[in-house]
Amino acid sequence: MTASPNLARDPSQNVLQIEMSGVSKTYGGGPAVLQSLDLTVCREEFVSIIGASGCGKSTILKLISGLTAPTSGSIRVEGMTPKNARETISYVFQEATLLPWRTVSDNIGLSLELEGVAGDRRRKKVTSLLDLVGLGHVAKAYPRELSGGMKMRVSIARALATNPRLLLLDEPFAALDEMSRDHLNEEILRLREEQKWTAVFVTHSVAEAAFLSDRIVVLAPNPGRVHAVFPVNLPSPRVSALRTSPEFDSLVSRVSHSLRETLAA
Amino acid sequence: MRQRAITAMNAMAVFAALLILWQIVLWVFHVPPYMLPAPWAVAKAIGARFPSLLASLLITAEESAGGLAASIAVGVLIALFFAQSRWVRKMFYPYTLLLQTVPIIAVAPLILMWVGAGQPAVTLIAFIISLAPIIANTTQGLISVDENLVHLFLMHNASRRQLLFNLRLPHAVPSLFVGIRIASGIAVIGAITGELYAGSSRVGEGGLGYSILYASSQLQTDYLFALVFAATVLGFTFFFTVMFLEWYFLHRWHESARVMETE
Repeated sequence: MTASPNLARDPSQNVLQIEMSGVSKTYGGGPAVLQSLDLTVCREEFVSIIGASGCGKSTILKLISGLTAPTSGSIRVEGMTPKNARETISYVFQEATLLPWRTVSDNIGLSLELEGVAGDRRRKKVTSLLDLVGLGHVAKAYPRELSGGMKMRVSIARALATNPRLLLLDEPFAALDEMSRDHLNEEILRLREEQKWTAVFVTHSVAEAAFLSDRIVVLAPNPGRVHAVFPVNLPSPRVSALRTSPEFDSLVSRVSHSLRETLAA
Repeated sequence: MRQRAITAMNAMAVFAALLILWQIVLWVFHVPPYMLPAPWAVAKAIGARFPSLLASLLITAEESAGGLAASIAVGVLIALFFAQSRWVRKMFYPYTLLLQTVPIIAVAPLILMWVGAGQPAVTLIAFIISLAPIIANTTQGLISVDENLVHLFLMHNASRRQLLFNLRLPHAVPSLFVGIRIASGIAVIGAITGELYAGSSRVGEGGLGYSILYASSQLQTDYLFALVFAATVLGFTFFFTVMFLEWYFLHRWHESARVMETE
């Protein structure tokens, strides 16, 4: 996938944040998960990656975050190696991955605690994040007392605590019911509007990708490679009524068709 | 609360039924008292020799608690060592199986030879026998952390120390309690077994094991039963103390405590 012509919503902001060039990944002696992948993401862009199970979507996020190294090819995040760029990145996993022995507040403050942020500053930041995601009333609750949607909001708040410039989201809403998922999609867009981070979002849902993204990348499996790229030119701000518009339906059907092509191949 | 009262009453009813059955067996089969004393004779022995029974109970409790506390401290340290790498576990973990498989009855005379008879030897036996479940369960808790949680910590450049104390150790607490629950029962068995060999640990008095041996040699079967009853009470006390501590530390966040509450 190349940087032009539809890199970002606003072409004046075409500052590259992620550059993956000729990236291949093989685990152990197994078959290649990804092969010769080129991907660029601009600052403040929201890119969704969609594809069949096992096509390497999550591996792309792990490579960008430096949790795994490519077998060949190069990855730069803000011009740095992924490991050196970690301070600018936050990761939201498929499961909420909360520490069950910590309260909601303490879970949100975890990333700040690990990075050595002092107690007072940490508490202020946690309070503001609790307000931001609407969880002030359950600040002292433990994860087991929360619904799936609330847990995921805690997870998102924790990811935002360190003021990331890049957010990696690995199917964060996959386990939620449709209503919670739609609601959180709108929350994500609101938070992004306020905080202006870049997002790479892995999902299985075409409608979710269409609703959230500036660009949709369809991956083909065995080995994972870019099959098609769809710029999303839907109006902003995106509200729930958009999901029933003809443009939205048309985009969803084009992306779905492309996905079916990857499976047929 | 009402449910708990009903549960307690049910347990007491079963106990009363067992006592009645015991008495019926004595009447029907004409069992002599030196083989099987009557329930009231055991109760009488408990009343008559309560001070020495209590003294034996306290000695065994002290030895079991000492052995259990030492096995928790040493077991957690060994588990922390094992959690450092797969290589370390492969090298050393099989040796912990020795603790589980070696028959303590065979080793007890050796320990007495090395340490000498008395409370330290019995405590050491209780420690050895209760160590394996602590190591096995704590190690399992330390290494079975969700990979994504480890990734989360790595994303924030967490140090090994932060990974251990902020993630692995709290994650292992429920498993540690499972180990302590198992170990608490066998620490008491270990102490009593040790006392069978260690003899009188203080001048003129010993723990439950020593007293069981003495009562048996004197054919004081009613007192023997009283001692067995005391050993059971001790085992229950250890078990329920650990259960309470487990509930106290875990009930706010762990599923196992919720199961305990609903049972």
